[in-house]
Amino acid sequence: MKAMVQLTVNGEQHQIEVPAMKRLLDVLRDDLHLTGTKEGCGEGECGACAVLMNGELVNSCLVPALQANGARLCTIEGVSTEGRLHPIQQCFLENGGAQCGICTPGMILATHYLLDKHPTPTLEQIQEGLAGNLCRCTGYMRIFEAVQKAAEAQHAV
Amino acid sequence: MRSDVTGYELNAPPDVQAVLAQIASEPGRHALIAGGTELMVALNTGRLASRSLISLQHLRELRFIRVTADAVHIGAATTFTDIRRDETIARELPMLVQAASWTGSIANQNRGTLGGNICNASPAADTPPALLAYDASITLLSVRGERTVSYSKFHLGYKKTALEPDEILYSVSVPRAYEGWRQYIRKVGTRNAQAISKTALAGVALVRENEIEEIRIGSASLADRPLRCVGTEKAVRGRSLAGAGLEDTVRLGRAALAREAKPIDDIRSTAMYRSAVAANLLEEFLRQLPS
Repeated sequence: MKAMVQLTVNGEQHQIEVPAMKRLLDVLRDDLHLTGTKEGCGEGECGACAVLMNGELVNSCLVPALQANGARLCTIEGVSTEGRLHPIQQCFLENGGAQCGICTPGMILATHYLLDKHPTPTLEQIQEGLAGNLCRCTGYMRIFEAVQKAAEAQHAV
Repeated sequence: MRSDVTGYELNAPPDVQAVLAQIASEPGRHALIAGGTELMVALNTGRLASRSLISLQHLRELRFIRVTADAVHIGAATTFTDIRRDETIARELPMLVQAASWTGSIANQNRGTLGGNICNASPAADTPPALLAYDASITLLSVRGERTVSYSKFHLGYKKTALEPDEILYSVSVPRAYEGWRQYIRKVGTRNAQAISKTALAGVALVRENEIEEIRIGSASLADRPLRCVGTEKAVRGRSLAGAGLEDTVRLGRAALAREAKPIDDIRSTAMYRSAVAANLLEEFLRQLPS
């Protein structure tokens, strides 16, 4: 069964016909060719597919396309502006917060959401905010440092 | 293996009445999907049996927290994040906030709903122990009308509930009756974040003159369903919390819980471990009660 779904992705409007139960993750990657959003576990455990949907952090592998109808989405492709990295991305880069890169898009969006809710997060808040994002490379310490630096950078702006 | 999504239907009726009409006309044919944190996992692993789904996630009528003089009423499609952000719930029903914070990651709490947590009816679910201890009631809707039942009568067996095929869960009502009561909740899982419970215990108690005047206990993963531990409550109700009396109360409570709990061995834990830990949690709760 197919459904017409309207999405505003990174400010751009799309109207597409897709199976109603197709995962938002697959709509983004296969239909809209936005492959920055990654698939890890496909069970909502790892956060590699995290995006912002109407401003809320969600795992796109658990969102059926029809439930995203009318939504505003922000994926990793929409985080930078005019070719310039967002301060969060810059801080992940400078502090070794990314290694193989598979978890990074989800980490960046989870950080975006975290700093939106807690502009000056404690280490505990950072740990909770990123608990749904698994990384098998960094051991997390450099990611936490990157998030702390990003919080400071946002205040400096 | 992942399912072929083209073989599934998903509809989003305009309102609750339309949902009720549809499930009444074809009882048992449709599965209800709210935040998708359970059913989409089933879809992604090829375990989603129902081929036709009805979405509740967009229905604003089901997403509310209404505070009245004697209860907090929570709509079935209210998310865990909504619950964590509510000031009245945080102040008066802190066990519910704690349980909501245990339910998966932030991204899952933004989507997962209280109604889904209850209706999915996992014996290991995070919010049922707190709702059982708080003696919540639930309101069910169908084209035939509405009925309100005690939540302690909702879970009938493994993944078996009192929901009729034409009914949906509308709301959960928690009494605002716990000022001055002691509240205790603790979950034991493999790790702090995102782990499913090995076991969990939630309890409320009213202590007067160092005696347990009233007590209610809910638990996870001690039976084939979320279990209200009425036998344990009965064993310690009216008992002393002073000196040697406390030791007797703890002993009686542990023995009653051991009789009442029927945990199983599974991938997350063993029956023996679950029984031992649950008894320890109960003892920790009781030992915190003396004033």
